[in-house]
Amino acid sequence: MQSWSSRLGVILAVTGSAVGLGNFLRFPGLVAEHGGAFIIPYAVAFVVIGMPIAWMEWTMGRAGGARGTAAVPGVMRVLGGRPLYGYLGALAPAIPVFLCGFYLFVEAWCLAYAWKYLVGSAPGATDALPSFVAWIGAGQEHGHLLGHGAADLWTCTCIVVAINLLIIWYGVAKGIERVCTWGMPLLIAIALAMLVRVLTLEPVEGRSVLQGLAAMWEPRDMAAKLSEGKVWLDAAGQIFFTLSVGIGTITTYAAYMKRDDDVALSGLTAASGNEFCEVALGGMIAVPAVFVFLGGAYAQYTGSSIAMGFFALPGVFEHMPGGRLFGFLFFFLLFIAAITSSISMLQPSMAFFEEALGWSRRRAVALLAAVVLVGLGTVMWGSRDTVAIDTINFWAGTLGIAVVALVTTLVFAWAWGSDAGIAELRRGAEIGLPPGLAVCMRWITPVLLLVILAWFAWGELASLRQDKGLLLALWRDRGAQLAAGWMLATFALYLWIAHRGMARWNALAAKEPA
Amino acid sequence: MSAAGWITMLTAIGGAAALFAWCLWRVLRTPGATEHIHAPPDIEPADQHRP
Repeated sequence: MQSWSSRLGVILAVTGSAVGLGNFLRFPGLVAEHGGAFIIPYAVAFVVIGMPIAWMEWTMGRAGGARGTAAVPGVMRVLGGRPLYGYLGALAPAIPVFLCGFYLFVEAWCLAYAWKYLVGSAPGATDALPSFVAWIGAGQEHGHLLGHGAADLWTCTCIVVAINLLIIWYGVAKGIERVCTWGMPLLIAIALAMLVRVLTLEPVEGRSVLQGLAAMWEPRDMAAKLSEGKVWLDAAGQIFFTLSVGIGTITTYAAYMKRDDDVALSGLTAASGNEFCEVALGGMIAVPAVFVFLGGAYAQYTGSSIAMGFFALPGVFEHMPGGRLFGFLFFFLLFIAAITSSISMLQPSMAFFEEALGWSRRRAVALLAAVVLVGLGTVMWGSRDTVAIDTINFWAGTLGIAVVALVTTLVFAWAWGSDAGIAELRRGAEIGLPPGLAVCMRWITPVLLLVILAWFAWGELASLRQDKGLLLALWRDRGAQLAAGWMLATFALYLWIAHRGMARWNALAAKEPA
Repeated sequence: MSAAGWITMLTAIGGAAALFAWCLWRVLRTPGATEHIHAPPDIEPADQHRP
């Protein structure tokens, strides 16, 4: 009989895979930006967009693997039946590489903060925001970090790049992921302790925790917020980012599964564990804390959603017993979680390069390293107001992921066929599927995605007429232009690589699955 | 915090916790869970040990 310890191991692996920067850093920033009304589009996006597409990716990946391809463009070409889907699918492995452009930098922040707590030089509640803004170069001109960046930031960035490249070069991701399997439950335990401390904080300058909770959960200005396309796109983008949907990771990893392995319960457990960590822990800790210590004043310094935890959480650690130890463990374990995420984010490109170009793993690593390092350099150069990070975070991390999700839906529910797809999803499933799932996948999910994208485009055009908005930033800021240029050049490279691999995938499409 | 805030908070957290608890219960009662249920951390890419 199967032991409880091995079943616990499965739970730890599945839950551990769900925890990451999106839970503790990106989600709280978005909730603080949009207010309590954000939870409604966020919940809708989870139920009718995020979870169905996560199941689609698990299913398509396993089916693609059975046909001999783990590269997302190959899976899309083989299952979609047309080369066009292969070219559209080239965006899937490109998106996580774009995200890695800033993700590695944020990993370096986590490692540096762990070090600061270890040696006792971490900022306190009052100086956390100004010291962080100066430290990452957000308050200076573009290029400041390249000449005058802090030594600890540069050292940690170099260490992070070296660790990521060595892990994929030597193929030892399994080792670090074993550490993650036990380290992530520890991170959750620390987060629970932090949550207790946050909920028992004394008021600061008349701002109480209850007011902080109200800032997060009260659905103020609901009608106005729900009528903004960007709020819905941010909600869908956060669901995709946090569930790792729309970036090719699930599809690529599922391609290495056995034909009768479960994908239905696996996908749902990972997603629900992620949601629990995000809503019940990540948001509940950071948002009330930033309200109590800073009173919402952070918005005037940086609009970057992913940066908020670095100036909200030091206040929590300062006000809890053993805060220095907890601070070190929290940021170090978050760093480990981020490492596992960035390694898995690079795997879709590795599989893509190896399959399409017929390259060895190490040759593929060399090309990937060159692309990612250019992106990281771009992010560090365009540090003013974190504009390069925000440009990539929005155009790739929100809009690009939504486009890949739409392509995935079209391939799964229309080109391959929702009946064939649902039958494949049921294969080996340990749970029954919800009624109406096929209708949701074929109609509701793609239509809602199209509406959100059109709504956002309309809102941006309206903002442009009022001389503001994201498109204008792209037009006026050198850091945003450089980040956008790097993404466009990388996508052109990926399209060319997809073209090189098309003959192989055309041949696979003509074969029966193994 | 207003009643609407409390309802939103308790529904969101309760819903996420209930769904996660149900999934854990299903994993624990599934025979052969370790062989059939996976997440990226325990899936090894086929190219991992190629040079």
